[in-house]
Amino acid sequence: MIPTPDLSHLTRRDYESVYEPAEDTFILLDALEQDADELRNMQPSISLEIGSGSGCVSSFIGTILGPSNTLYLATDINERAASCTARTGRQNNIPIEPIIANLVAPLRSRLRHAVDILVFNPPYVPTFESEAEDAQTTRNIQGAWAGGANGMQVTDLLLEQVDDLLSSQGRFYLVAVKQNDVPAIQERMRQRFNLRSDVVLQRRAGREHLLILRFQR
Amino acid sequence: MVRLITHNILACHAKGCTQNNFPLQFKDASIELKEQEFNPDFLRNFLSRLEWKALVDTARELGDTSLPLEMPEMIDDEFLKNLHHVLLEIHVEEGAMICPNCGHSYPISNGIPNMLLAEHEIG
Ligand SMILES: C[S@@+](CC[C@H](N)C(=O)[O-])C[C@H]1O[C@@H](n2cnc3c(N)ncnc32)[C@H](O)[C@@H]1O
Ligand SMILES: [Zn+2]
Repeated sequence: MIPTPDLSHLTRRDYESVYEPAEDTFILLDALEQDADELRNMQPSISLEIGSGSGCVSSFIGTILGPSNTLYLATDINERAASCTARTGRQNNIPIEPIIANLVAPLRSRLRHAVDILVFNPPYVPTFESEAEDAQTTRNIQGAWAGGANGMQVTDLLLEQVDDLLSSQGRFYLVAVKQNDVPAIQERMRQRFNLRSDVVLQRRAGREHLLILRFQR
Repeated sequence: MVRLITHNILACHAKGCTQNNFPLQFKDASIELKEQEFNPDFLRNFLSRLEWKALVDTARELGDTSLPLEMPEMIDDEFLKNLHHVLLEIHVEEGAMICPNCGHSYPISNGIPNMLLAEHEIG
């Protein structure tokens, strides 16, 4: 059992502007824990989480791999999320490097085929497109879930870049819900980039049917 | 905590800025030194991912001259200890990073770099 990160330093106030870990976060932790031995054996140099929110997931990866074995990069579009990620890293003794950024924009050119572990729990809830666009520009708590058409508006942008980012042994973990049309995502990634994928975990949580996809070469 | 290992990975991504957009130059950097566990295996693995010249130049700008201009062929413990310090123990907490090409300034506050661009600056 890998302990869930200590989040006792985060308060109600933090969760007014930053996504509070929920079922989607926990199924992602479970999928990572299930792969813990394989992840350690990869001896990953770089782990990159996009949309790190509270920092719970990156801290968990750091606990699996050990604080000094891997560089832990974490981006979020919401600056308060980046600051929570930093605090959660400190609280759990994992040196996470939070970066306020849209997806991987400032990292792309230098991380070509260099990311060993890529993780994204995106805003996946289907909403009006304008709602997702608004959330992306205001960069507030809405940006944690507003996913636009099919809940894929933000995820689609990242999917175009995954192949460029992953190292030869790299893996990409993505949280999705049924409405995102998971088979279509898998087929597209295989056809366009020759990336294979598996649904490594799925579960129902309230009204959501959550899935974890794992992509690799 | 913008450490030099992270600085070595960040590039300017403003609209049209595709050349000479790396490394970003620190401006008004306020630095804290924080000890980190020494992990030679991690450093050895990471060497191939580094832009060496960018790292050495940046370290020198920040006043650390312990790294050689060329990456040495013999990787010994002393070299790794210096590399460890430069990459992982120098934290830039406040200041900015300036693009050498377009001059865009990316602020650093409480150790967190803000790499966002305004709508009209996005390529
Ligand atoms: C569902 S929350 C997940 C938070 C955390 N990783 C977790 O699992 O609990 C989605 C996160 O993605 C961030 N986000 C949304 N759009 C983003 C973008 N374009 N670039 C980076 N982060 C983004 C949100 O601010 C939010 O923190
Ligand atoms: Zn520039």
